[in-house]
Amino acid sequence: MKSLGRIGAIIAKEVRQLSRDRLTFGMVVGIPLLQILLFGYAINLDVRHLRAAVADQAGTALSRKLVADTAASQVVDIVAGAADARELEGMLRRGEITVGIVIPPDFERRVREGRRPAAQLLIDGSDPTVAAIATQLAAMPFELRKIAPAGRAKVYEARNYYNPERRSAVQIVPALIGVILTLTMVLFTAVAVVRERERGNLELLITTPIRNLELMVGKIVPYIVIGLIQVTIILVVGWFLFDVPIRGSLLHLYAAALVFIAASLSLGLAISTFAGTQFQAMQLTFFAFLPQMLLSGFMFPFEGMPPFAQNIGLALPLTHFIAIVRGIVLRGAALGELAPNLQALGIFFLVMMAVATLRFRKRLD
Amino acid sequence: MNAAEQAVDRGADLADPAIVARGLSRRFGDLVAVDRIDLEIPKARIYGFLGPNGSGKTTTIRLLCGLLKPSEGEVEVLGMELPGDAERVRPRIGYMTQRFSLYEDLSVRENLEFIARIYSLERRRRRQRIEENLDRYQLADRPRQRAGTLSGGQRQRLALAAVTLHEPELLLLDEPTSAVDPQSRRDFWDALFELADAGTTILVSTHFMDEAERCHRLAILARGAVVAEGVPRRLAAEIDAQVIEVETERPRAARAALAEAGFVKAVTQLGARLRVMTDDDLDAPVSRIEAILDQAGVQGSVVDVGANLEDVFVAATHFRAADEERS
Repeated sequence: MKSLGRIGAIIAKEVRQLSRDRLTFGMVVGIPLLQILLFGYAINLDVRHLRAAVADQAGTALSRKLVADTAASQVVDIVAGAADARELEGMLRRGEITVGIVIPPDFERRVREGRRPAAQLLIDGSDPTVAAIATQLAAMPFELRKIAPAGRAKVYEARNYYNPERRSAVQIVPALIGVILTLTMVLFTAVAVVRERERGNLELLITTPIRNLELMVGKIVPYIVIGLIQVTIILVVGWFLFDVPIRGSLLHLYAAALVFIAASLSLGLAISTFAGTQFQAMQLTFFAFLPQMLLSGFMFPFEGMPPFAQNIGLALPLTHFIAIVRGIVLRGAALGELAPNLQALGIFFLVMMAVATLRFRKRLD
Repeated sequence: MNAAEQAVDRGADLADPAIVARGLSRRFGDLVAVDRIDLEIPKARIYGFLGPNGSGKTTTIRLLCGLLKPSEGEVEVLGMELPGDAERVRPRIGYMTQRFSLYEDLSVRENLEFIARIYSLERRRRRQRIEENLDRYQLADRPRQRAGTLSGGQRQRLALAAVTLHEPELLLLDEPTSAVDPQSRRDFWDALFELADAGTTILVSTHFMDEAERCHRLAILARGAVVAEGVPRRLAAEIDAQVIEVETERPRAARAALAEAGFVKAVTQLGARLRVMTDDDLDAPVSRIEAILDQAGVQGSVVDVGANLEDVFVAATHFRAADEERS
């Protein structure tokens, strides 16, 4: 079992070095924490608490009720009043508000007749996310519809499964596991191998009896453990701070994470055989990271992408992991139901491992 | 040849050399780094590569331990063909790189532990060899110190301790002493002799003359080729030139005058002294040089001295260049 002994030697050495490299060690914990807090708090895709002003020209009990209901939705905060639409336009232009609500003098008649819109929303369209509130507000089932003639008011009711409150944290945090692992796992392994080359350690290592695969496996194992630690950090923080539920099996989730971590690490190893310096390794890592961010369904719905982009996405491990993790965490799916995605991750791992082992030659030329 | 030198040649078992290279060449693009080298390196001896920077010492050593693939030629190490048999040769050789290549963020003992495990030493032997080498290479007082904080000499000893843990039959050392002080160099060489006495074959490259003189055999490399090869003392005796030393108050004027003379091959200044190499078959070189100095109005004493290794080196590298220019 000489082979196991040599792999053990590499693992022990990596762990020692890692425990002494404060910066890398800090990144193990720091990257997931920073990312989850950023995405959880700052990058909030919910449209809420927009500053709004009201020009209530009707001034009736019904119009005041509409204003109160609108404010109660929390989509807008009413911060000012105005005399008419022109005054609201001025406030919009100066950026004092992003939404203006105009209630015309004949508001009650409009509501009763149900032919024309009863009130008007003036929206600052320069911010694309704000535009979403038009549909959001318009779709809200305000009580005043009850007094409108039957059949005239919108009757459909939007039912939102799995994330009824439409909180973006619930969608983002599970997928964030994949994004963070992609970034850290690929970067750590790519840099870990290239650093040995830069510092001259590799010239010594390749004259020893260690074999390529042993070196690769020994390099990967410590980072698998680190990856699992990161998964735990994200799940715990997501659960405590953002109330992200875990509906499926934790065991299945960790099993899937294990395969995905291995796939990302093998990608890092493959990158390390192309990069000559740590800087190049970083550049290549980000080159591989960007398409995964954009095409995996993390930022944009996968179904909405053109077939060409979808095909690229299907070749990337993050796409499959996000499908798996959303399935397990949010829909309570079992790993068996997501087998095609898991298989794709396994194939990716084997291909990258082969590339890395074949390209890494125990020679300098 | 004196009796001791004969003993050196007899003791070296030339019938069963540790390394044989035939027509070994290595090109990097247009650059010919190693140019048709033939070598036979005897077992249990210290064999030196002497040459300036860029003469192909490192490339040759890398070819001999399978780190590089030759463009042409054959290499046989410990009876096995390279690069085909590289994996089988590796457990039996040790290679010490020019640059310190152990882990600076690991301690002395951790580095040794790592290397011992990579060479699959079983636990008891591992512990025993590490203790032995910590003692032998004077590192026993600092096993927990990080390698990155060691002095140049200590690093050198640690590198040698690491590369000899698995008791290799053949050691390849690439300029092991270029970054250490003279006392450390002497200690290092004492350790090498000890290893050679115990049967280890050592190939060491250097650009120090005093180190080259300590080798059992020596190959002088210049621009990728072996320009002289043999026992150091005999190389000096068989040099293709006479060496005359001139001591004068005005060495630069003397040098200028001597450079004009057709029979002078090379002049090297050493402070107030000049080492002048003349054609080997020149009659009465001392009086001829005195005549040239008189003519130039330079006072000085002129003595016929024996050639040393540095003269061999200058002759081998300079004359070859001159020959190439002529042809």
